[in-house]
Amino acid sequence: MLENSVPLSHYLMLSATLFVIGVAGVLIRRNVIVVFMSIEIMLNAVNISLIAFDNYMNLSNGQIFSFMVMCVAAAEVSVGLAIIIALHRNKPSVNLDDFNLLKW
Amino acid sequence: MELLIFYPLAGFCVALALGVIFNKSPVGSAISLIGMMLGLAGIFVLQQAHFIAILQIIIYAGAIMVLFMFVIMLLNLKQGENEGWASREKNLLLSVLTGFLAIGILYKIWQVLFSVDMDTPASLPDSFGTVAVIGETLFTDFVLPFEVASILLLTAMVGAVVLAKTKLD
Repeated sequence: MLENSVPLSHYLMLSATLFVIGVAGVLIRRNVIVVFMSIEIMLNAVNISLIAFDNYMNLSNGQIFSFMVMCVAAAEVSVGLAIIIALHRNKPSVNLDDFNLLKW
Repeated sequence: MELLIFYPLAGFCVALALGVIFNKSPVGSAISLIGMMLGLAGIFVLQQAHFIAILQIIIYAGAIMVLFMFVIMLLNLKQGENEGWASREKNLLLSVLTGFLAIGILYKIWQVLFSVDMDTPASLPDSFGTVAVIGETLFTDFVLPFEVASILLLTAMVGAVVLAKTKLD
């Protein structure tokens, strides 16, 4: 039997803190690549709490879910970075405020 | 005992995540993010999820961050480097919004920490988090999501190639 001495609430606090840091990065940064990295931070924060609940309830579903989250993150990064390259080709900038063509 | 490992690792992850969003150059952000991914892999090991920890290192710290580095080098970001991060339009509004969010989450954490009793972790069987158990669940209960994930990755690959092509013919 594996003993587990870190309480669940500590993992949830770490997860919430990292998620808030990710949201803050999306809101206050204007470099599109850093905004993308903040999205990755948020996905990782969710993985921590999925596995923490898994550990708490002795299941393996949460680990499958975080595996799927990683798949989606990989797909999202490849397509998103391709979009950034295509955007940069049309308009050489990485500032999000420069891309306002679709804004009402 | 595990708390002595948990607190430094968690502090390391939070500090590096702050480093990602407050660093001025994108390369520095990317390197901080690699460090954060490695720290999170350590936290997954602490949670007995060894398979996910290895995947975290291979997929995130390996593949995804190499892709980020490639794109940063490809775009050759020189002009935006010294402009800082604090000049986005409506930045004050967004910062206030972020502050409210942070205060709300911290209040919720405070509540959870001192009122709800969730802190009695069960002891786990030895097989928790091993590749055998994960694989059995993945290929019995989650076969359909697994196949859908393969189609998703194929679609993303084709999409990335089509989007990054210079000219469609």
